[in-house]
Amino acid sequence: MHELGIIFHIIDSVEEVGRENSLSKVSKVTLEIGEVSGVVDEYLCDCWKWASARSKLLDGSELEVEKLPAVTYCENCSEQYSTVKYGKICPNCSSDRTYLLTGNEVSIKEIEAC
Amino acid sequence: MIEIKQSVFENNDKQADLLRNELKQQKTFLLNLMSSPGSGKTTTLKALIGLLKDKLQMGVMEADIDSDVDARAIEQAGVRAIQLHTGGMCHLDAGMTRQGIENFGTDDLDLVILENVGNLVCPAEFDTGASKNMMILSVPEGDDKPLKYPLMFTVSDCVLINKIDTKSVFDFDDAAVVERIKRLNPDARIFFVSAKTGEGMDLVADWLIEQVRAWCE
Repeated sequence: MHELGIIFHIIDSVEEVGRENSLSKVSKVTLEIGEVSGVVDEYLCDCWKWASARSKLLDGSELEVEKLPAVTYCENCSEQYSTVKYGKICPNCSSDRTYLLTGNEVSIKEIEAC
Repeated sequence: MIEIKQSVFENNDKQADLLRNELKQQKTFLLNLMSSPGSGKTTTLKALIGLLKDKLQMGVMEADIDSDVDARAIEQAGVRAIQLHTGGMCHLDAGMTRQGIENFGTDDLDLVILENVGNLVCPAEFDTGASKNMMILSVPEGDDKPLKYPLMFTVSDCVLINKIDTKSVFDFDDAAVVERIKRLNPDARIFFVSAKTGEGMDLVADWLIEQVRAWCE
């Protein structure tokens, strides 16, 4: 259940932005979550409902999750491929000298104030 | 609409750096010890305490979702200990670690070992502010764990392969595990130990003393 810890950090960050911009209410928070970040959207949204109700700024706000695709790069043949589909082994040359380019993100993209 | 584009971990990373710097000035080395449940964290700690308590001023912070069985076991081993409850969360972050450090009082300590919550996923994501990360992988868990939990092995400066006294019972490939760890983290120090029999633990203690000295210089 790291989702709850992640939500606490998101709320802290948004509250800081709220103070800096003198916001009284935030209606929507949009996240960007990589496909292989290990974060489960459903848990995230459940935790949000519980935790955001405890923040004056965020009570009743909506959480939107945008998924970012996971892409792996192969050092052997310089190809890029879908991490979720093929995993660690390059489908082009069967090398395991590969690393993740994107897909690990857990970030706050934007917020909507009203 | 306000664009933010900020990693969720950024705030925690900043708090962790701040804590790390403060501990450095205070000449206190914080070791974050991570592993899955049942890999032998508490037994390893007790073995390390036996080897180190006459050489360093040390204390232990035990993080658990609930209960204080570990803190009591550690105090019986002869060092100061504090129990931190995470209140249901599966990891410690830098803020919780700071609270623990401040309540514990670490001015007079050279080495504080933080026993993180037993879990190979979440503790790897949250920087606690520790000087170094150590993890334990025990033989019964299998040599494929670096493939399944790559982030944990990537962030660990030191990996203990524990329970080597049980190797005759399990299929565990030493060379394969070393290769898998080194591919993720070429700088990782790897020790093969049995915390229960004490085999190899003296080398871990020496490594730790070296790290503490370098930190406090």
